[in-house]
Amino acid sequence: MSRRVLAKVSEVKPGAPKIVTAMGRQIGLFNVGGEYFALANRCPHMGAELCKGWIVGLVQSDAPGEYRVTRPGEFLRCPWHGWEFDIKTGQSWCDPKSVKARNFKVQVEPGSELVKGPYVAETFPVTVEEDYLVIDL
Amino acid sequence: MNVPVRQPVAGQRLMVVDCDIHPAYATPTALYEFLPQRWRDHWSTFGTFFRPPLIGQLPFPRMMAGGMRIDSFPDNGSPPGADLDLMRRQLLDACGVEVGMLIALSRGGMEERNLDFAAALSAAANDWQLHAWCEPEPRLRAAIVVPQEHTEHAVAEIERRSDNASFVQVLMSPRTADPLGNRRYWPIYAAAEAHNKPVALHVAGFSGGHSSTPTGWPTYYLQEHYAQATGMQSTLASLVFEGVFERFPKLKVVLIEGGFAWAPALCWRMDKAWERMRAEVPHLKRPPSEYVREHVWFTTQPIDEPDQPEHLVDIIKWIGWDKIMFSTDYPHWDFDDPAQVFAKLKLTGKEKAALFRENARAVYGLP
Repeated sequence: MSRRVLAKVSEVKPGAPKIVTAMGRQIGLFNVGGEYFALANRCPHMGAELCKGWIVGLVQSDAPGEYRVTRPGEFLRCPWHGWEFDIKTGQSWCDPKSVKARNFKVQVEPGSELVKGPYVAETFPVTVEEDYLVIDL
Repeated sequence: MNVPVRQPVAGQRLMVVDCDIHPAYATPTALYEFLPQRWRDHWSTFGTFFRPPLIGQLPFPRMMAGGMRIDSFPDNGSPPGADLDLMRRQLLDACGVEVGMLIALSRGGMEERNLDFAAALSAAANDWQLHAWCEPEPRLRAAIVVPQEHTEHAVAEIERRSDNASFVQVLMSPRTADPLGNRRYWPIYAAAEAHNKPVALHVAGFSGGHSSTPTGWPTYYLQEHYAQATGMQSTLASLVFEGVFERFPKLKVVLIEGGFAWAPALCWRMDKAWERMRAEVPHLKRPPSEYVREHVWFTTQPIDEPDQPEHLVDIIKWIGWDKIMFSTDYPHWDFDDPAQVFAKLKLTGKEKAALFRENARAVYGLP
């Protein structure tokens, strides 16, 4: 297992995930209300590029005629069949018992720590002025 | 590591015949170059005259991005299904499609009320399929689009196109002015049978003015999506009971995107009623299920998914392993990927080959 520096924190905005390649796999980085999450860019249903889907909330209802939007910005809807996944956990909303998108724990590290190593930046130089998103692979 | 979804080595890949691909027009006026000036003027002045289901509503699935895969929008701004290179990358190459059946739904005149205009549109749509798709991409095959309410033109179009090997079937709407078994449509079946072209019926958003469910207009898209299956059942029952298959013993009918899990139950029910009351339809010489078994093929997408996957295998057994043909419905949102669609089923190599390739090769007489 190695720690990978995937992106600058400033590059990953709410509602605008960044897809990066690390160790040969594509990973989508998400900013949900200032917290950072990472999902494999592959839908567990049929293999679509999951992280290119829409970022949505849930419309929930307790009874016909009553509706509310909950958890806006916390779900990712697959570009093909519209399956929704909880960005924070990878859990499928439509089939939570048996389906889960692969997720990775993301840590925010200051560049001043990272330049000491032993981290591996995939595609860019690390500077002390910025914060970075790091995962273990 | 992620396991690659598809085998990259050509020799090991599953090769498929895709029985439902939707090409789109790159621009709203892409058909103009195939239309006489008289009809270009008509179109630009008066527009087309379909009977849409509900004002302001799209006639097709609209859950995702206007019914499309989000990743199927070409960079050049044309609609999904309009860009051949993207179709090659996302479908033909990515999914190992050896032969792909074009189902050109919109603006081919199938639902146009002005019959002369409908005839011009169908001829133009057939020229366009050759020019924009089949000639540049030999993996693609066209269907002869015919305006079913204009039988004289439909027959002429079948006769004009049949010698071209790019046209492998006849495409008409299943939601016609009258149910499709009606004799007004028989000349089309006679021509299709004479030229050995299966008749393809793809579920249609345009409804010929009829409501899309048997009990009235639906409120939700999910109702309408389901109603495509009941619509296909009505169409099939009409073909059977009117005696179409008795009159045209070599006619083949391919039902596209209407599902198939319902077919055994429909056959049981039709047979039961026929056994007791066959005097009403003395022109039927055999149980209805036998006509279905002999004359009708079904495509897979959107695949029915029972909780116990093996139940789908039972259903295929009841219908016949030789009658089910794989389809993706590219670029629509409910696209089925050949690498995934039957992943939960335990299929033998022979069964897989039948579903993905051999059944379609047999029906369409592919070399």
